Amino acid sequence: MAQVTLSGLRHSYLPDPKEGQDYALKEIDITWRDGGAYALLGPSGCGKTTLLNIISGLIVPTEGAVLFDDRDVTADPPDRRNIAQVFQFPVIYDNMTVRENLSFPLRNRGVEPGLIEQRVRETANMLDVTGILDRRASGLNPDNKQKISMGRALVREDVNVVMFDEPLTVIDPHLKWKLRSKLKELHHRVKATMIYVTHDQTEALTFADEVVVMQEGEVVQIGTPVELFERPQHTFVGHFIGSPGMNILPCEARKNSALFEGHEVALEGPLGGQAGELTLGIRPEHVLIAEDGIPATVAKVADAGRHFIIDAVVGKSVVKVVDSRNPPEKGSIIHLHFRPERSRVYRDGWIATEPRT
Amino acid sequence: MKTENQKAWLFVLPVLFLVAFNALVPMMTVVNYSVQETFGNNQFFWQGLDWFEQILRSDRFHAALGRQFLFTATILAIEVPLGIIIALSMPRQGIWVSVCLVLMALPMLIPWNVVGAMWNIFALPKIGMLGYFMNDVLGVSYDMTQDPLAAWITVVAMDVWHWTSLVVLLCYAGLMSIPDAYYQAAKIDGASAWSVFRHIQLPKMKTVLTIAVLLRFMDSFNIYTEPFVLTGGGPGNSTTLLSIDLVKIALGQFDLGPAAAMSLIYFAITLLVSWVFYTLMTKDDRR
Repeated sequence: MAQVTLSGLRHSYLPDPKEGQDYALKEIDITWRDGGAYALLGPSGCGKTTLLNIISGLIVPTEGAVLFDDRDVTADPPDRRNIAQVFQFPVIYDNMTVRENLSFPLRNRGVEPGLIEQRVRETANMLDVTGILDRRASGLNPDNKQKISMGRALVREDVNVVMFDEPLTVIDPHLKWKLRSKLKELHHRVKATMIYVTHDQTEALTFADEVVVMQEGEVVQIGTPVELFERPQHTFVGHFIGSPGMNILPCEARKNSALFEGHEVALEGPLGGQAGELTLGIRPEHVLIAEDGIPATVAKVADAGRHFIIDAVVGKSVVKVVDSRNPPEKGSIIHLHFRPERSRVYRDGWIATEPRT
Repeated sequence: MKTENQKAWLFVLPVLFLVAFNALVPMMTVVNYSVQETFGNNQFFWQGLDWFEQILRSDRFHAALGRQFLFTATILAIEVPLGIIIALSMPRQGIWVSVCLVLMALPMLIPWNVVGAMWNIFALPKIGMLGYFMNDVLGVSYDMTQDPLAAWITVVAMDVWHWTSLVVLLCYAGLMSIPDAYYQAAKIDGASAWSVFRHIQLPKMKTVLTIAVLLRFMDSFNIYTEPFVLTGGGPGNSTTLLSIDLVKIALGQFDLGPAAAMSLIYFAITLLVSWVFYTLMTKDDRR
């Protein structure tokens, strides 16, 4: 178990990178506490798998260092880093039984047979696969195969960090939540540092204590699930997290408020900075349908089960509103109230308002 | 509700028709010959199973069968491991992949009788490059027209040259289907190169290897053209494999009855051995 520090990490797949675009990862500095549960969240191609492979040692970064506690492991190959990784598609050794699969990483490291037996039993217990220990691994269904993959990662006692690379992609939806909660439970039991890579916000937010949101090779925000939802540092985070994502609306700056489609909107606090393109960000959950406020025309009402998602048109912009009461008729005029403490202005994508204290 | 009817049979008919004409009818003709004696003029005399008995008791058949098994076992023992080794050492990406694939495919594109003729000229002492090199440069006595061992080595070398590529290409396809994650996981699990081969590459190649071994078994067991052109079965009878012997009996001696009986026995052996192979190699999968 170890604290993982990434310092000044940059990586390019090109032999001679020059501009920022050449880099798959641009300047990453993160510290991951020993024993924490972290998620790397971002869309496909944002560099999260690259980052993971750098930590596991499958890729050597172009610049920067990877530290486990105080040891620089940047140049170490995977087997010398003492890490474990679970891949997107279950990796199992077809010609072995489940038991042999689980003991494989230990046998390769010359662990004594008695201890192997004990570790395999404990791991199998944790994953509820004790009953199939002597079955051939090749005949198992995908979720059991993925459990065996996880088992091989967890069977070693002293791993520095366990990494998961979108491990639930191939799992049936109805089994996903089971494995997801299993993972959470495993983290509580083994107390290893765990890093979970996913593009699925539900997986990231349920698993992690802290989520790292990435976009185009950059970290846009690191925070707890609540922080990411409540106060996105970047419009990307606001849009990517939440369903539907945050409304990102064109606006102009006034002194301590914003002007949206000719209507004044009160903000959480004073606006800082100069120039740049301004946008107003507010979550659909924080737009209220009120007696008076900004007039809007209802363009669409979608039933999302427990609530309705209303597309309200103001001028040229569409504001999404989440409301759980009886929805207004399509075509009718409603009035919108933006909750001031949740209304923020973003400058070139980055948050520009400060909360009032 | 599923409706059941017999319409599906209609769709099988065309295949049945084709198979009947290119396999069943010719084969039944052979069966017909194998139980009768004929002297031409479409006159047939019933012989029962006499020809079968004669063939099965004949020393000549035993010798040819022995040579056949020896030949097939030898080429399998060389081509399968060699094919795996070549496939493992082939590049996985870059322009060399295409170069290697084309080079590998070349021998298989050459017509069989041409392969035989090529190797014949290649191996002839004095005029052939191989023959000249062995005799006059290395000073090793090598004459496949006189020495049975030299003839055998040449026939085996020719088959290895001609067909190892098939094993290589099939194994390579099997290897390419292994996702990178397997190699990465093996690295993280601390597996040695041998472990990677034993537990990842070999199991993933198993299906294609089964096919490769079956194809090479059947092809080499029925081999005719290449050794016929290369050695004509000689010197003496030393490289007279089953099919060469069969043609000698059928067309050389015009003993159609015994030849027909022999082809049926030959067929049965090929079928039986293929089945045994297949059953052994896939028995794990059915567990």
